[in-house]
Amino acid sequence: MPDVVEVRELRKRFDGGGRGGPVYAIDGVDLATEPGEYLVLLGPSGCGKTTLLRTIAGLEEPTSGEVLIGGHVVNGLPPRARKIAMVFQSYALYPHKTVLKNITFPLKAAGMSADKQQERVEWATGLLSIEHLLSRRPRQLSGGERQRVALARALVREPRVFLLDEPLSNLDAKLRATARDELKRFQDRVGTTTIYVTHDQAEAMGLGDRIAVMEAGKIRQLGHPVAIYDDPADTFVATFIGSPPMNLVRRDGQLVGFRPEHLLPIENVTGADRVTMPFHIDRVEYLSGDRHVYGTITGLGEDARVIARLPSTVSTPISPDERHEFAVPAQRLRFFDAESGQRSDPVPVGATAGPPS
Amino acid sequence: MTAADVTNTPAREQAAPEPARRRKQPLADRESFLAKAFLLPSILYIVVLVGVPFFLAIGFSFSDVTSGDPSFDWVGLRNYRRIFDDPVFWRSLSNTIVFTLVSMVLIVLLSKVLANILAADFRGKWVVRFCILLPWTTPVSLSTISWLWLLDNVFSPIDWVLRQIGYLGPGENMYWLGKPGLAMASVIAVHVWRLVPLAAVIVLAGLVSIPKDIDDAARVDGAGFWRRMFGITVPLTLPVIAVAGLFGAILTFTVMAVVYVLTRGGPTNSTQVLASWAYFVGIQGGDVAQGAAVALFLFPLLLAAAIAILRAVRRAETL
Repeated sequence: MPDVVEVRELRKRFDGGGRGGPVYAIDGVDLATEPGEYLVLLGPSGCGKTTLLRTIAGLEEPTSGEVLIGGHVVNGLPPRARKIAMVFQSYALYPHKTVLKNITFPLKAAGMSADKQQERVEWATGLLSIEHLLSRRPRQLSGGERQRVALARALVREPRVFLLDEPLSNLDAKLRATARDELKRFQDRVGTTTIYVTHDQAEAMGLGDRIAVMEAGKIRQLGHPVAIYDDPADTFVATFIGSPPMNLVRRDGQLVGFRPEHLLPIENVTGADRVTMPFHIDRVEYLSGDRHVYGTITGLGEDARVIARLPSTVSTPISPDERHEFAVPAQRLRFFDAESGQRSDPVPVGATAGPPS
Repeated sequence: MTAADVTNTPAREQAAPEPARRRKQPLADRESFLAKAFLLPSILYIVVLVGVPFFLAIGFSFSDVTSGDPSFDWVGLRNYRRIFDDPVFWRSLSNTIVFTLVSMVLIVLLSKVLANILAADFRGKWVVRFCILLPWTTPVSLSTISWLWLLDNVFSPIDWVLRQIGYLGPGENMYWLGKPGLAMASVIAVHVWRLVPLAAVIVLAGLVSIPKDIDDAARVDGAGFWRRMFGITVPLTLPVIAVAGLFGAILTFTVMAVVYVLTRGGPTNSTQVLASWAYFVGIQGGDVAQGAAVALFLFPLLLAAAIAILRAVRRAETL
């Protein structure tokens, strides 16, 4: 059974280097993977996700708290004793070594026999189809090839855990989509527990069995991609995930949230349980088949600027400087406390909405 | 015609009918003037202080110029023949080579160690860094004179320590600068002490240029300290170490002050090197022609070292 990674009450403090006080890059994180899980750490830059990954790898020592791999506390153990493999954002290939030497480096360090090394290299390079690159040096490889070599080097000695630090961010957009697909299929085949750090929500949604959304050193929400998207735990997650993000409207000390794709012209929202609101349209963008409609809604709470995303199946004519009745299905509304940003209980809002036209 | 040409043409046409604007352009903005103005000092410097003396030395080495009789008379290869017949020349040449090789091995090893210490993060590191850089910042004559005292035949504090720990009997001395082998070792030690800080700083520059990720990757890949050192760090800093080594070799090859202050080449020429011998023959002995011929022997060796430096630098760029 694949090993699990667990961190308990983890904190990592960086002293501000003279400027400002100490900063907690990781501020009390509790997290445990399932065996063989693909766990994604998602968050904006500087949220501590890479520090968390490096702490699990043993490249950083936590200020307090415990890291467990396979049920054993590994605090204080050097990275090589943790039997983990890591792929760096820069790939960190050894520039003076050929691809073959890069891949065998961890095997040599483990003192593996030459026959066994050969066997492992053939297996790993076959899996990633890079056999033809073995005699090249890293600078003679393209970005995609480097990424595969870095993966092969991580994979070759059968680590207990894979740690991936934004491995796709140096690839161009087109290659990234293919590489993402490959990464997922590859992990399905190998079955090793994987922790994947990214700031790209599309990668996180596409790859993760579960996603941990981080901000300011804390985990804001941990859950299945669907839950993260549909049931955000607070306003940070609600606005960080989704493009365009969730609309938030202030109303009686609460924030009412709804996704742009749920705000539709009223004739497209069927069912009696809908909340209608007049929408003053400022601007319409036409993006890959969808119409993004920018404007101000009134009537739900305080006036608020929101975005509606109309799929191509909605053919209602919409033009700027128009007023149009829009509606959201009531079960799609999410409620947050205006002070703390935390999720709160739903309250009926239909009564205050304008009458359906 | 490329796109760039198309966009450039109108701009050039606009500029052409306005020569007045060009005339108004201040001197400090004119590249043709600036290039010459910036290059001139270094060209002057090289011509006056390197080029002229170099060709003068070549000329002198075929003449009988002495400080007493500065008239130039062509004597052909006589000076060179005399040098080859002089056992002191061969002694100096072998001393120079031994001195350079031993110094360089020690300098490269110690500077690598020191660079690692300089790069490390620990409490009180600034004191250590200050102490490490101190030898290089002290003027050579000053520091060598304090070494002269440390290595004094009678009053050497090192001897005193050795007597205290019982290595030397009462009244006994090592005569650091008085015995041929010890004198050479002392000269090498002082020279190494002087050059190591500079070499360490150069090696440190190489060390910090290695991306942190690469060292991290090696640690995750299971490499211990020595494997990372010899499998990753040393190969990646090798071009820089080569440059440091070759610069050190040139500085060592032409070293003269350390030998001059400590031993004046003695005892019985056992620490005489080419540079110091050229000085003693040409300046102190007054035989300028012969001194020039001796000094010219440094040239082919230094040229080879310079070519090696340029090659190492180019290799570093392509890595």
